Amino acid sequence: MQLLKTALAAGVATAMLASPVLAQGKPAEIKIGITTFLSGPASVFGVPGKAAAEMIAEDINKKGGIGGVPVKLSFVDEGAGGEALVSNYRRMVQDEKVDATFASISSGSCNQLVPVAEDLKVMNFMWDCGAASILETKKYRYNFRTQANGTPEMLAVLIYLLKMKPDFKTIAVVNQDYAWGRESWEIFSTALKAMKPDVQVVAELFPKFGAPDYSTEVSRLLALRPDVVLTTSWGGDLDTLVRQAGQRGLLQQSAFVLAIGESSIQRLGKDLPEGLIVGARGDHWFLHPEKKNDAAFKAFNEAFKAKTGSWPIYPVYHMAQAFSALQAAYDKAIKANGGNWPTHEQVVDAAAGTEFATGFGRPVTLRPEDNQGLEAQLVGVTKALPGYEFKVLDNMMVFDPKAITTPPGMRSVEWLKTLKPEFVKMEVPTFKQ
Amino acid sequence: MNSTLAILAVLDGISYAALVFLVSVGLSLIFGVLRVVNVAHGSFYAFGAYLAATFSLAVAPLSPWLTYPALVAASIVIGVVCGGLIERFLLRPLYGRDDVLQLLITFAAFMVMDNLQRLIWGVQPIFANEPLKLLSNISVFGVNYTSYQVLLLPCVALLTLIGLRYFLRRTLAGAVIMAVTEDREAATAIGIDAKRVYFVTFIIGASFAALGGALALPTTSLVPGMGADMIVLSFAVAATAGLGQIEGTAVTALMIGLARAFIIYIQPEFEVLVPYLLMVMVLLVRPYGLFGATQLRKI
Repeated sequence: MQLLKTALAAGVATAMLASPVLAQGKPAEIKIGITTFLSGPASVFGVPGKAAAEMIAEDINKKGGIGGVPVKLSFVDEGAGGEALVSNYRRMVQDEKVDATFASISSGSCNQLVPVAEDLKVMNFMWDCGAASILETKKYRYNFRTQANGTPEMLAVLIYLLKMKPDFKTIAVVNQDYAWGRESWEIFSTALKAMKPDVQVVAELFPKFGAPDYSTEVSRLLALRPDVVLTTSWGGDLDTLVRQAGQRGLLQQSAFVLAIGESSIQRLGKDLPEGLIVGARGDHWFLHPEKKNDAAFKAFNEAFKAKTGSWPIYPVYHMAQAFSALQAAYDKAIKANGGNWPTHEQVVDAAAGTEFATGFGRPVTLRPEDNQGLEAQLVGVTKALPGYEFKVLDNMMVFDPKAITTPPGMRSVEWLKTLKPEFVKMEVPTFKQ
Repeated sequence: MNSTLAILAVLDGISYAALVFLVSVGLSLIFGVLRVVNVAHGSFYAFGAYLAATFSLAVAPLSPWLTYPALVAASIVIGVVCGGLIERFLLRPLYGRDDVLQLLITFAAFMVMDNLQRLIWGVQPIFANEPLKLLSNISVFGVNYTSYQVLLLPCVALLTLIGLRYFLRRTLAGAVIMAVTEDREAATAIGIDAKRVYFVTFIIGASFAALGGALALPTTSLVPGMGADMIVLSFAVAATAGLGQIEGTAVTALMIGLARAFIIYIQPEFEVLVPYLLMVMVLLVRPYGLFGATQLRKI
């Protein structure tokens, strides 16, 4: 018996000696604070994003965690907005002492929380917000964007349009009347003016955010007969616009471009006709041409569908990208630290310049100059496919992020003005469904 | 703007005004009789739309024509159940007390219903356009309109206005409501059950809001927060008309609908501002609204 006790003690001592420092420095858990819309119209993105976060965290923990440490999530509702959001964010960082935050969906929320994260010295991943200006106007140490921003997203859609329909002469826009609707149109129209200056903008319509009725806008567009109608709207607003336009024949009259329409495709079902240009807001789509036969990708998509009843949409993939970036930053920091558990500052150092595989598209790089994610962009055109109750994407182009992202140190609008008509001739791989 | 576009704008304006009137008239009726500014009115609109979607999606496979009665049934259910419960248990204990309390309690009800809506129907947009599909499009100067929006909705609004006028002025029940509105104490003294009148009126007002939501369903996506948007617009319409003014609400809804439609054709930047600009202009000149009368203050 004494021999057994001695042997056990020796075994434990040996095990402790084998990986002493790593085991000593490890925290009990990596706490991640996430801001997402759990209320209001943008909860169409926030709730799937939360579901994705819970699913991914569970999977990470099943596999032993990040660097052997399990992750623990806490959520704050972005829908509260304003001071309430900032207070909750501060509470999460200072009281719950989270190790990293993923904030946020809305560019307005990002604009509010990025300086707070910098002030609190907590690593923050802007996991879904698209306003390019946030990282263009100031260099941050603790804030990173783990996906693209509005500039490459709009530019990819515009180049796709110019490649598919090079001879259009008139365009109208119907965007939601808030920051994204205005900024996305500024990006699109600036680039359009630079690359195809002969196009006439016949209407700029900015109906109220959450408008239940677009009848007048549809009437006006039917009367104006523009060659192209662009919308960067999303959620229920986009669904309503597309359905009202379809009911009255506008979708058949003009070529429609749904710049971030990927998230509405499943809901619109048969009401969405073929031939509409749709942007995916990144390099992800549940039938991604380069990944659709990948076992892990299929498993992720099917697990999400089993959990929520729908195939993943872009905020789901954006959430997954934030987790991939976090995992990559920790792995890199642990490696750089000789296998020891890194300090928070070491993880932040490691995050800058990190390239991480997303598992559902091409790798993303957190550009070290400004912490902006370089993410490819997928754009396609709607097409009916047997076996699906909704349209899928066809003629998909995947744009190289380095070619369409504003160079570091420049403002997007200034860079877009320098583009030439030849820019549209860039080689872009095209994939059939 | 040429005459063709002007006619298109008029059609768009009437269609929009019809829906706005249906929601606003309920708010105005409740204020006119109960003197309650009901913030939960937007929730009745949203619940009416969501329940109509549930009913419509359930009956559409049997016959698409059943979706029309489904819209009406949903409105009545929401009016009776939600309206009835709120009046009976939240508002009745507060009659005669400070108006602020009524405002706060209906705001609380609005918040609770907003969360309930999310719990029951989720956050993904819901759409059910069977009623609209049943009616054909009509072409006006080469521009397609749905009959549902330019014919059916205005007809329902007009019938509602006429029906409500008739009910209040030509029926005994309407006379009882009018009596309580004029002088509750005197009406009670001659044997009228004022509590019952309040209860029934609140249900009717709530049903109109729900009917507005149900009739909006075939053309719009139902999303979280839709009630908040509608309550703000309804207040603007009701305040511009003069709270409690049924006919005034119809005229104001039409004014706002037409102004909004024309501004989208002429200067779309101002679309969002139109109802509120109109309200400010009217209230500066006539603080009791376009059709409201100056009231004597009882001391």
